[in-house]
This record gives sequence, structure tokens and C-alpha cells, in this order.
Amino acid sequence: MSSRDDILASIRANLPRVDRPLPSVPLFDDDPPASLLSAFKDSLHRMGGVFLDPPHSGDVLAPVREKIAAAKVVCSSVPEITGNRDIAAISRPQELADVDFAIVRASFAVAETGSVLLSEADLKVNALAYLAQHLIVLLDPADIVVNLHHAYRRPELRNGHYACFHSGPSATADIEGVLIHGAQGVRSLSVLAIARGANPLPDTGSRHHDQRFGAAHPHSEGGV
Amino acid sequence: MSTHPEQSNDDGSKLHPEPVAHDDDAMLRDGRRLDHAEAASKPLRSRPEEQPRGAKIRGNRPVDQVEAAARFIAAPEHEKMHDERLWDLRQKRDQEMHGIPEWEELRTLASAIKEHTLTHLDEYLEQFEANARSNGIHVHWARDAAEHNRIVHGILSDHGAKSLIKSKSMLTEECGFRPYMASVGIEVIETDLGERIQQLDNENPSHVVVPAVHKLRTDVAEVFARTLGTDPGNSDVHYLAEAQREANRPLILAADAGMTGANFVVAETGSFVVCTNEGNADLSANVPKLHIASIGIEKLIPRLGDLAVFIRLLSRSALGSPITQYTSHFRGPRAGGELHVVLVDNGRSERLGMAEFWTSLKCIRCGACMNTCPVYRRSGGLSYGATYSGPIGLIIDPTFNARKYSNLPFASTLNGSCSNVCPVKINIHEQIYAWRRELVNQHEVPLAKKIAMKAAGALLSRPAAYRAAIAAAHVALAHLPRFVIYNRLNAWGKHREVPHPPKQTFHSWYKANRGGNHE
Repeated sequence: MSSRDDILASIRANLPRVDRPLPSVPLFDDDPPASLLSAFKDSLHRMGGVFLDPPHSGDVLAPVREKIAAAKVVCSSVPEITGNRDIAAISRPQELADVDFAIVRASFAVAETGSVLLSEADLKVNALAYLAQHLIVLLDPADIVVNLHHAYRRPELRNGHYACFHSGPSATADIEGVLIHGAQGVRSLSVLAIARGANPLPDTGSRHHDQRFGAAHPHSEGGV
Repeated sequence: MSTHPEQSNDDGSKLHPEPVAHDDDAMLRDGRRLDHAEAASKPLRSRPEEQPRGAKIRGNRPVDQVEAAARFIAAPEHEKMHDERLWDLRQKRDQEMHGIPEWEELRTLASAIKEHTLTHLDEYLEQFEANARSNGIHVHWARDAAEHNRIVHGILSDHGAKSLIKSKSMLTEECGFRPYMASVGIEVIETDLGERIQQLDNENPSHVVVPAVHKLRTDVAEVFARTLGTDPGNSDVHYLAEAQREANRPLILAADAGMTGANFVVAETGSFVVCTNEGNADLSANVPKLHIASIGIEKLIPRLGDLAVFIRLLSRSALGSPITQYTSHFRGPRAGGELHVVLVDNGRSERLGMAEFWTSLKCIRCGACMNTCPVYRRSGGLSYGATYSGPIGLIIDPTFNARKYSNLPFASTLNGSCSNVCPVKINIHEQIYAWRRELVNQHEVPLAKKIAMKAAGALLSRPAAYRAAIAAAHVALAHLPRFVIYNRLNAWGKHREVPHPPKQTFHSWYKANRGGNHE
């Protein structure tokens, strides 16, 4: 017998003979916060992330431009900002090892936990969000769900091959409980609220136009 | 002292414009303490002291947990740090619990979902396998640890891989994976800071979530000085963490393959989820072309929607943080990559058939039972001499080796705190007691413990006799000379003062004050 058949046979021989029905899971959304954006902001803050306040007038991307002004290598997967490392030209993830700032757009965010979901379609190269020293995330305020129950109804988690909730930057406190940002991955995570297509440049659909991933995984493009 | 990456470019500008914040800056923002990952809610301070080592392993002979615990207690700096650190995590967990009105409902749901899945485990495994395969994942099955190691070795050999970066996985600890890989000439690099410390020190993880929690910063400085060439006199935590990051980075970039475990496996989508705070699982999975995930068969849950229940409970229970910094979902290989899953039994299917113990398979490895356990906090995880320590270890370890771990179920006060904090409602303390009985029946328990248990069992089954014994014990404790109470036969009198007996038993007080109408 194969190991597979052995294991399944052993399970069947040992299954507890008790009736345990599968419960349905409520959405626990009876009492949502007044503002999803400000609830998200508070949660992000608590997880060690930075919320970039947009300027009252003028260039909405100014806080991002300010952050990356002194950086040597900037890699962007969004049309709003052009870096100096072309993500489309990356053939191996290791080529991103010297990136100072990565700029991506989140599929959506979760108010409860301050998380942003970054999918393979958002990242173009998955390793971008981990090898860079710092991560800047653009988020459409219309893309915030109240809690994780709502988050798991989203298509990105059902259809994509890779998606990750980022809740603040890489962190550890493995030595005496002392909090360190940038344990292995990014040292900081900043979020700028900016609507999709709200920039001067035409938004060509940052999540849907990637040929490499789109072609390989026809079901990976979750509509919103 | 600072090794923060503030190298200057030729033009004088900083390479990384946001230098790592110093200790207190990283912990505080706007004057409020940040509260995520496994961070302590208050600064803890320790003085240097030699690290007490774990239990002495002598083949198949019963591990002497008490002996190792005594050495841990004899190192007061270690004991104090360990105790305070884990109790702080427990208190942070309580704060999170109070912030979620549906907390108890979530625990009930989590328990019910797990029990349902375990009682239909064959069906859900087949469903997962079919869906994962159609997503392009290679699915392997391993009966035991040896087969797991052989399968992974085979996959690595097929790809000519000589180095492997991996994230923390208790299953691979259970399988003796690193020693096996060393024996076949494949270099394994742990990418979780705590796990890397333990690997470099050639020591097992002492806790399922914070593997090096038993070490002081000076212990880590000694390990890194010896293995990474850091300054032996510098035990600044930022310096140590940064040194490890910089040392690991080139190994991550050069690795031939990556490995992760999994916290949850979703049958309906054929996907699995890994939770980390460091983002090291995402590095391990997304930098090399080849990703292998080792997964215990009990990690299954039926639906994507069920994940919300478990993700909401996991980090809150483990660390008192709303969520881990990274919650990563893998449903298929990335473009140009290859993804393998190894489903491992290693005694789990057999445990499913143990009427009193099968619900231990609900465990999601949050470590809350360890953080709350007074015995664990004061004896250190390595004193158990087993892969799993603390209360959950007491009920899992004997299923692997009833003789070797026969002492472990006695390393408990049976106070029930472990069961109360368990996010999936495992009746841990009841199973600990059941294991004591089981081991006595299997003749794995020495005579002195057997007699004490038999006497306790007789007393506990007869309330009137129990009350009489308690009253008598109080009288005895108040009047017996010290040498009778503090001798080698009474383990409870070692290293501690036996509490002063109350003037009245609770029962007699209750009878006199409240219980008049209810007797």
C-alpha cells in the first residue's frame, strides 16, 4: 500500500465515532466602527505601521516622494510612481536584494487588524515586499473591509496563488521581548490612502494587466 | 555600538534613510507603548548569568524534568526573566480577549470546526489533495518522521539543491529534520531569529512561538560571538538582531530551496497559511524557486471562511497581538516556481483513535497554555527534554514515547489555567490527569508516584474523606516540626515555603457562613 493509502486507512480505522456538525461562522459585523479608514489607521499604528497623511492640497503623492527622495534604489509596481528599478525587467527575485524602497498597491485592507493584502498581482514579483528595506503601500479608502470575516470573502484569497496580509513591518522580540523592526523583512511599512486612478497618470489597472501572472494563472485575477 | 545600516553614500546621504529606531523609540510612539509581534509591554532587565541547560537525555530512559527544572530555578536571572516575560504575554492575551466581545463564541466555533474536521479527516485530506493538485502543487504523504525526511531529501536531490532556508516548524523539530539534513550534506539555515539562535547554539526550541525565550541577551551575545563573530562584550539587542539579519541575508539570497511549515490548511481551496512576525516564511517561500511545505495532517480546516476564526484567535492567544505581522496564503506555485507539500502523519492518525486524547489534535500551537503554566514559566521549556513542552507537551509527548516521557504528566499543578486559555478549548488539565492514570496502567510510573496517586484517587472520589483529610492536613501543617514538612519525600517543600494553613477550611467556612440552606 502507498503511504497515502496507509495513512487514510489508519485515519478511517481511528476516526472518533462521535457526531460533530460543522458550524456556520457569523460575520460579527453588527457593530462596525463609524469610519473604516480611521479604524484601519488606529490598527495599523498599533502594529507598527505608519499612516502617511495626504497634504491638504497639491500633489497627493508628496509624502511618498519625500520618503524616497534620498533613496538609491526604488522599485515600484504601481503606475503612480516611477522608480529606478523596473519591476517588469526582473527575472530573478535576488535582483531585488538592493532595493531601498518598494512601492505597491494593496488589493484591500482590514480595519480590525490594520492589515493590507498584497497579492501576487499587486507585487508582480512576490519577493519585492520582503527583500526591500522599506515598503510603501497605496490603498484606496474604498477598499477597506471591517474585519477578517469579511476579508476571507474576498476573491483574492480564493483565486490567487499567493496573497499575504501585511500588518506593519517585519518585527521580532525574540530576545528578551525587545521589539525590533526589520527582523528579516522590511524595516518600515507606510500606507498612503489614494483612490485607484486618482493620480495624474492614467491607471492602467495595476492588478489586472500583468501578462506573466495573468497568462500562467487565468483564475488569479479576482474582481473586486 | 550601533550597527544600524547607516552607511553613507559618496554624496554623504544615507543609504537607508530611515535608520532603525533605537530601543525605546521602536517600542514607543506618541508616548504610547507599541503592542505588536511578541514585544513585552514593559522593559525587562537582566544581569549576566550562565545559562542553565535543558534536561539530560539518556536514550530511552525517562526524562528527569524535575532535575532540569531545579537547575533552571537555581539560575535566578533566567528564571525571573522567563517568568516575567511569559506572564506578560499571558496578560497581553487577556487584554486582547477583553477587547473582543465575541471571544468565547470564537473559541467555541474554533473547537467545533476542529472537532468536525478531525472526525472527517480522511474526507478533508482527500479534498485538499485534489484541489492542491489542480492548483499545481505536488502533494506527498509521509507515514512518519523518517519518511518525511527521505521525501524532502528526494525533492532537494532532484533539484540538485545543497542549501535550504526555512521558517520555524515544530513538525520538522519533531522529525529530527536538521540532524538528518546534516547527515546527507545539505545545509539548513533557520530564518526566524529565535530559531536561528537555537540552531547556532545547537539547542532545541524551548517554546513553540518564542524559541529562545529561556535565553538572556548575554546568552545570545555569547552564541553570536562564537558563531557569527559579533563583539562578545556587546549584548545590545538591536546590535544582535541586526548582526543576525546581515549574516542571514546572503544565505537567503544564495539558497537553492526554501521550506515552511503551515499553521492552517484549507480543504476547499487547496491552500495553506503560514503566520510569522518576521516575514521570514515569505522570504523562504518567495526567494528560491523551490518551496517545500511540511504539514501535519491535523492542520486541516474545511473552508476559507473558517480561517477568520483561527486567525483572529491565534496571535491574540499567543502574544496578545491582534494578528501576526504576516499572514501568508499559498494556493499554488508562483510563475516559474515549484511548490511541494508533504503531509505528515507521524502518530497523528493513531492518536485520533485514543478516546481520551484525540482532541489534543485540535491544538493550533499558540503556546498560551505554556505562558500561563506556573510550572513551565519557572522551569523553562528545555527541562521537558521533548519537542513539545509545557501543558500541551505533557499530553502530546507520551503519544510519541510513553516510557521516555512518563514523568512529564506529573509536571503540572492541575490548576486548569491551560484549559481556560486554550483558544480551541482542549481540556488540557483533564488530559494530563488522564495520562497519569494511563501511565500507571502501562507500568511506566515509579512506585512512589503510584502510591501517592492511588491515595489521592481514593480521597478525591470520596468528598467526606477528602474534607477530613484537608482539615487534618491543616492541623498537621500548623503543628508539625519543619524537618517533617521539608524533606526529600515532599517535592512541594523543595525550594519553597509550604503556605501557612488557613484557620478554617473553605468547606467549613462555607458551611458556617453561606451554605446553611443548601446542604
